[in-house]
Amino acid sequence: MSFHLVLFLAFGAVCVGGAVNLLAQRHPINSALSLIAVMAALAGEYLLLGAEFVAAVQVIVYAGAIMVLFVFVIMLLNAGEEEETKGSRVAVLLGVPGVLTGSVLIAWVVVRHSGTEAVAIGALPGHPTEIAQLLFHDFLLPFEVTSILILIAIMGAVVLASKPEATARKVD
Amino acid sequence: MSVGVFILVSVIKSLIVLVVLLTAVAYTVWLERKVVGHMQNRWGPTRVGPFGLLQPAADGLKFLFKEDLTPPHVYKPLFLAAPMMALIFALTSIAVIPFGNSITIGGTNIPLQITDLNIGLLLILGVTSLGVYGVALAGWSSNNKYSLLGGLRASAQMVSYEIALGLSLVGVLIQSGSFSLRTIVEAQGGRFWGFIPRWNIFHGQFIGFFIYLMAAYAETNRIPFDLPEAETELVAGYHTEYSAMKFAMFFMAEYANMITVACLATLLFFGGWNGPLFGPPILRALLPVFWFGAKIFCFLFLYIWVRGTLPRFRYDQLMSFGWKFLLPLAIANLVATAIAVAW
Repeated sequence: MSFHLVLFLAFGAVCVGGAVNLLAQRHPINSALSLIAVMAALAGEYLLLGAEFVAAVQVIVYAGAIMVLFVFVIMLLNAGEEEETKGSRVAVLLGVPGVLTGSVLIAWVVVRHSGTEAVAIGALPGHPTEIAQLLFHDFLLPFEVTSILILIAIMGAVVLASKPEATARKVD
Repeated sequence: MSVGVFILVSVIKSLIVLVVLLTAVAYTVWLERKVVGHMQNRWGPTRVGPFGLLQPAADGLKFLFKEDLTPPHVYKPLFLAAPMMALIFALTSIAVIPFGNSITIGGTNIPLQITDLNIGLLLILGVTSLGVYGVALAGWSSNNKYSLLGGLRASAQMVSYEIALGLSLVGVLIQSGSFSLRTIVEAQGGRFWGFIPRWNIFHGQFIGFFIYLMAAYAETNRIPFDLPEAETELVAGYHTEYSAMKFAMFFMAEYANMITVACLATLLFFGGWNGPLFGPPILRALLPVFWFGAKIFCFLFLYIWVRGTLPRFRYDQLMSFGWKFLLPLAIANLVATAIAVAW
């Protein structure tokens, strides 16, 4: 077993373990921290694939920026432990068989297509220069359209958050 | 280089860098007490050793032997993990900082850097963005309103200023065309008209440097932006409930972050280890490391000088300064640099 495979399995185990822990934990802050572990382990998997830039961005954007906001909201709301419920019968009857079927289906597809050759490290674009070439040259229009989409989302969030009339009425 | 030699060299380099970094952290604390003391017409530490030079050792022993209190109302797992996270992330980013050119020992070429990644700068930004968790979780898990307010302030401040910090670096990246810190430094070799060094700060990035400096003060929670631990309103902010070594870990993390920020400023704006070389070969090999250290010392001195000079901002001033002044300025600087390079 190569060192590469060992690392892949280790990061994969952290990833899956973190995801399971995310569901099992009853305190929201522990769940959020598990999600950070999942994101960081995913960054490790990207590194193993030779995608250094994507790995760094994964850490900066997901593990850093977005999850900080999650943690921030949990801290501000001071959300406590959730109460344990018995769970719905529908989930047991439909959910568990559904998950099992889905997993079997995915496993079947993976096994069936395992004959395809593995891609060598560095064979796909991963260097910052190549990604820049793709983003700002080959896919310039979709990239710019995405940025406008995000701008619209930001403006929408600002409009929803400000509500000047509503606040004024509350003061009265 | 064979795998065995590579591992040996890497382990030795990591050990040396870690020891030097921790010593630098200890003596930055000494320097700060001494310089601020003299600025306020006091002597600073004088009792332990000549000029109080053994004071950091005495402080370290004191931290180790003090009673380590864990208040009963805290959320214990995170209360214990938070100082570790703060310190680990503060020490990690030093791994990609280059200290000088490569040296050759016994036919093996050894770059003076733990590892040279082609995403070095991004790694530092990523690790810094994770550093927020140590502070935020310390504030939350202490279960104390002062700590919580300190933690919230720290995370809001760091998230806000990270944007200006990142944008101020993009100008340098556009000029040098690489994320690798080694390449960025090498692009700054040489001189303009034979006497002005070709450092980025003289190469059109003066405003970029100004933005970086302001944002870096806020990122490291230093005066004039040390609102998270403003003692007049928040007792000690996020580390109110911490004592002994756990408190010392936050303290070390803060100073390690200061050093990282100073390293980054030196590498990106002040030509890294570039400087005049002269004398016999052994001196020529060591001078770059000396220049690098001297530049970092200047930055650390500036930090302390600012601490001795400026009062603390109000929180709303801090936020409006970051979002309404630094951020637009950083974007304008970025656009201007892009136009100049494309010309």
